[in-house]
Amino acid sequence: MAEHKIVARDLSMEFQSLDETGQTERVPVLEGFDLQVREGEFLSILGPSGCGKSTFMNILAGLAHKTGGELLVDGQPLQGINRNQGVVFQGYALLPWRTVLDNIAVGLEIRGVGKAQRLETAREYLELVGLNGFASRYPHELSGGMRQRVAIARSLAYNPDVLLMDEPFAALDAQTRETLQSELLRIWGTHKKTIVFITHSLDEAIFLSDRVAVMTQRPGRIKEIFDIDLARPRLPELRNTQAFIHYRQRAWEALRDEVTDITREPAAAATHQNWQSIATLGGYRIGV
Amino acid sequence: MSSALAISHGSSRRYRGWVLPISVVALWWLASHMGWSQSGLLVSPEKVAATAWDQIASGKFWRAISASLTRNLSGFFIGTTLGLVLGCLLGLSHTFERLVGPSFNTFKQISLFAWIPLISVWFGLGDVAKVVFLSLAALVPVVVNTCDGLRNVPPNLLEVARVYRFSRWQTIVGVMLPAALPSIFTGLYLALVYSWLATIGAEYLLVSGEGIGNTLIDGSEHFMMDLVLFGMVVIGLVGWSLNALARIFERRMQRLYGIDPR
Repeated sequence: MAEHKIVARDLSMEFQSLDETGQTERVPVLEGFDLQVREGEFLSILGPSGCGKSTFMNILAGLAHKTGGELLVDGQPLQGINRNQGVVFQGYALLPWRTVLDNIAVGLEIRGVGKAQRLETAREYLELVGLNGFASRYPHELSGGMRQRVAIARSLAYNPDVLLMDEPFAALDAQTRETLQSELLRIWGTHKKTIVFITHSLDEAIFLSDRVAVMTQRPGRIKEIFDIDLARPRLPELRNTQAFIHYRQRAWEALRDEVTDITREPAAAATHQNWQSIATLGGYRIGV
Repeated sequence: MSSALAISHGSSRRYRGWVLPISVVALWWLASHMGWSQSGLLVSPEKVAATAWDQIASGKFWRAISASLTRNLSGFFIGTTLGLVLGCLLGLSHTFERLVGPSFNTFKQISLFAWIPLISVWFGLGDVAKVVFLSLAALVPVVVNTCDGLRNVPPNLLEVARVYRFSRWQTIVGVMLPAALPSIFTGLYLALVYSWLATIGAEYLLVSGEGIGNTLIDGSEHFMMDLVLFGMVVIGLVGWSLNALARIFERRMQRLYGIDPR
């Protein structure tokens, strides 16, 4: 029990939504969601779009509230925002009026760390993500990949135990994405954190993780978890090995039924409008 | 050769905007000198220039323009200060918005000039009345844009504030106000433009005292078209300068925020 950093038991979450006739309708997003995250592991959650994986992330980050079940972090029920967790958003979410260095230092500033100390720490993490020389640039002067590096540095500078990453590389081009995946593994190797990584990419999940959890379609729960027994450090060539392809096959088989089932579900076809609202609700904007 | 051509091309482009005004003045000069019109209401460009010189040299111009600008700026500062306070309250507090929002939305529908009768009865025709009117002109755009800016802070920046456990105050000062700054500035920019327009309106409708609007009235009452035209040119130039000043600030801010200047 002690080695489990995060425990979700029979977690559920539902939204109230209006249907076409103006009636309030309960839309379950998560139902019977069970997951244990081990201390120090890299765990990816893989699922079809709209399955509620970002919702789980938001609940874990304290940005949304569960409607049922149990969620423990370090054996304690989660209440509000947990300062031991860092969050990396898909949209970077840097403050455009702050320089790169001041963006990285923002968490420390709020925590009341003195200026000299926080800038020193920020510089350290700036170097860690390979952005030396960009300290006084503004976010709009950076490429998408660089912005996400800044966002990662910002989360790490806060020195959290757990890093929650919600499709952090989804908006980047393929090359940048692969570079950042390797970078993330390098950083994770030096700063042992527990990482919960949300993605819809099979390759990304397998390449990065110790374990991959595959979710069902909405209402989402964990369908299957498998260990990725690939040696570390993992190099980009790993993607072409038999073992890697074997894992991809397995993950795809688990995921395929969930992806194809969505189109077969009669309720989904009948109420197109609901789907749209679910899609927005399932996105990471909920809870604001 | 080709570079010389490019330079001359570039400079001809720069002066293109002068073609129309110069042609108009030339035509005007011709019209007044060739006897195309016998009317005394069409004065010559030289007459306008002479009047301008007289106004400036005699000090009448300086008294008028300083009266107008003092009024303009007082109204602008009072209106924008109140506007910022009201806009922040509307944008930040849902309770305040529910209480005051509907009334404000009705209030802003009243045409600015419809306030003149009320203001003239309550405050007379002097400077107090004019400044009240100008403050009203500056108030509305500042309130609307400040409130909008605070309401439309990108949700992901607010999530950052929550994740890093900003207090309510830190969220307002550290995230919401800076995020709303471009919109707030648009409000100030509009307030500056509106308050100058309203300055002339106030001087024209609440006739008393000095001001560039009063110079216009003087001119038109005495059929001194040279004075009227001089006043119009001054009003245009002041408006243009205020606009240019605001644009410089706007550009700076857009650059800081990474917004491409139009």
